[in-house]
Amino acid sequence: MNAPGTAGFFLRLLRRQLVLALRRPIEIINPLLFFAIVMALFPLGLGPAPDTLAAFAPGVLWIIALLACLLTSESVFRGDFEDGSLEQLLLSPQPLYFSALTYSTAHWLTTGLLLALVSPVFALMLNLPASAIPALAASLFLGTGILSLIGCIGAALTVGLKRGGMLISLLVLPLYVPVLIFGSAAVRGAVEGIPVAPYLAILGAMLSLGIALAPLAVAAGLRISLDA
Amino acid sequence: MYFDSLQAALYMDGHGAFVWAAYAITFIVIGLLLLTPERRRRRILRELEGEARRATGAPQSPAEGA
Amino acid sequence: MWSFFHKLGSPPWLYAISGSILRWLLPITLLALFVGAAWGLLFTAPDFRQGNSYRIIYIHVPTSVVSLAAYYIMAIAGAISLIWRMKMADVAMRATAPIGAALTFTALLTGGIWGEPTWGTWWVWDGRTTSMLVLLFLYLGVVALYEAYDNKEAASKACAVLSLVGTVNIPIIYKSVDWWYSLHQPASIKFTGESAIDSSMLYPLLLMICAFYALFTCCLLMNMRAEILQRESRTGWVRKLVASKGDS
Repeated sequence: MNAPGTAGFFLRLLRRQLVLALRRPIEIINPLLFFAIVMALFPLGLGPAPDTLAAFAPGVLWIIALLACLLTSESVFRGDFEDGSLEQLLLSPQPLYFSALTYSTAHWLTTGLLLALVSPVFALMLNLPASAIPALAASLFLGTGILSLIGCIGAALTVGLKRGGMLISLLVLPLYVPVLIFGSAAVRGAVEGIPVAPYLAILGAMLSLGIALAPLAVAAGLRISLDA
Repeated sequence: MYFDSLQAALYMDGHGAFVWAAYAITFIVIGLLLLTPERRRRRILRELEGEARRATGAPQSPAEGA
Repeated sequence: MWSFFHKLGSPPWLYAISGSILRWLLPITLLALFVGAAWGLLFTAPDFRQGNSYRIIYIHVPTSVVSLAAYYIMAIAGAISLIWRMKMADVAMRATAPIGAALTFTALLTGGIWGEPTWGTWWVWDGRTTSMLVLLFLYLGVVALYEAYDNKEAASKACAVLSLVGTVNIPIIYKSVDWWYSLHQPASIKFTGESAIDSSMLYPLLLMICAFYALFTCCLLMNMRAEILQRESRTGWVRKLVASKGDS
């Protein structure tokens, strides 16, 4: 009950989240479809000229990834809140900090990581130079981790509310600003041939800060939402 | 006083409209910021007064020492 | 020291003391605002580069400064209410958000009005403007979150968490936006070293900054008084207050 518990508990929680996600594959595919569809809207809106698309591609790809993360983060705690298992988690002796971190990790594995993996395809479709594609994937790999952590804060604060949909975007999007700035700057830097490592280092620093602090806010938010 | 006349102060070499509009908007916002809480406080006090009057007045009981 | 802290947590004491503070602070604030505005509008020489449009600085800079400070005040009040469960800190936090949002909005608006005659455009996506816009969204997020909760006690706790998250993020947002747009005017007031603007222009500006801090304090206290009355309407001291009040 105690000694093997803590680490094992969180691995089991992570596995549970992933199994739950895999049981409903549409939930995993939805953000990718969203990514593809919104990406297809840009040539329609901006015109199909390859140069225009290439110029806008770093920002566009990052903004779509950010919105996909935002839309999926709303439902991170929803199901567990409704069936009461979140309450059980709060009552359990395990530290809530690590549970919150586990939820964020599961969310990142089912959205951010997949977005980072498929992003090269969309980058090619938007005519992004091939040299910038590793930078795009790497910046999304790190950046979506931060987005998941921040998104979980918003989700934890709004999970008890009936109409949380629009609210979470108002809460979370301003906090996404630095990630967007450095993520898209990394890709643009790669296009222009500037070393990408400093940008990735800053994203990594923000990710470390997020891992250290965001779960505290998520835990506090969950306690408040369940008390309400 | 820097300006020679009221006309000059209002015109400000063509910038008057901008400057005076900015000040007017700011002072409107300040007015609203100060009036809203005061009106809310008055309203609450009035409501509570009415409640107290109803509570003491309706039963017509002289022994209302709380 | 501790008894003062305890008194701060007592609604009747706070209601009474804020009333007597407001009685002299409010007239002083209004006087300072009018003197500062008249000084800035009518009695200073125009800037040699920007002409008369620079006079907007006397409201633009104070509102920007105070709106940023207000976010920290809100976050500190939120932290106090979360850690020590002090109800009055809660009330202060709740009262700060709309004031801060209004001041940020005014700063953005006056900035836009200043930009048109000076740079020929109502809006530039420069570092400061963008940071202020994000700050406005942060304030509106707190207000919206508070309104979304039916249980107001949970609402203030949620807002406290959100404002703390925002506090950690504001320096990062400001730095990253600054970096993103590194072509911005250098800060024009420095308290150490030589000031970049002439002292005849600086004094009214400092007066206006103080006046806006005082204005913020007044608004905060007035909002807190209304909120205290609402929350404590079922208690004895409020009933006594209502009963003893001679319809003023």
